[in-house]
Amino acid sequence: MPASSMAAMPYDPQLVAPMRQEMVEMGAAELTTGQEVDDFLNARDGTVLLFVNSVCGCAAGSARPGLRVALGNDKKPDRVATVFAGQHAEATAKARSHFSQFPPSSPSAVLFRNGEAVYYMPRHMIEGRDPPSVAFELVTAFDEFCA
Amino acid sequence: MGTFHDDKGELHGMTVVVRTHGPRVYVGRCDTRTDEGIVLMDVDQHDDGQDGKTTADYLDFAVKYGVFKKHDMLRVPAGEIADVSRLGELR
Repeated sequence: MPASSMAAMPYDPQLVAPMRQEMVEMGAAELTTGQEVDDFLNARDGTVLLFVNSVCGCAAGSARPGLRVALGNDKKPDRVATVFAGQHAEATAKARSHFSQFPPSSPSAVLFRNGEAVYYMPRHMIEGRDPPSVAFELVTAFDEFCA
Repeated sequence: MGTFHDDKGELHGMTVVVRTHGPRVYVGRCDTRTDEGIVLMDVDQHDDGQDGKTTADYLDFAVKYGVFKKHDMLRVPAGEIADVSRLGELR
């Protein structure tokens, strides 16, 4: 199979199910279609954290555990949502269209305030860092931008 | 925290900046690094002064937000490499 075809194939749903569930357990709304993304993000009041989930090790070892800790902060986003890169391609592409000024990255996290993307954590800020470091970074953004 | 691919070196999976002996820098995710060079995935490149941006300007944006890739995969020969560092450590 050509590499280009393999790259377009979504991961086995059974493989990624626990990775998706981890976000749902944090209270994130799972957005699986472009329409769901638009419906969620077009409600522009307040603060929203969108997490672009992925199968990579830094999502499992750093990003999701760090986000879980950060969401225990006093100041945190009003709403949290997630899309899964490599599984829900349309939803992920639509999500990225809402913050296209930033390069695509997975995993990544973007914080919106009143519809404007005000903070971005791309993969290189996650990889090689432990969960507390990721959490600290996110909490710093929550303290600055969330009520 | 590394990856499960221990045979590919400590930078495997990490986003790195590859500075060359010339005006060009590359930013991409390291796949493998050997004595022959480095293989990068999802790679952008910038020449000093390109689009009116110095290398420092370019890396300042990259450090904050990442890069828009120009290549899915690219190999930089060892002879061209002046330095390799993790993008996340430039902050």
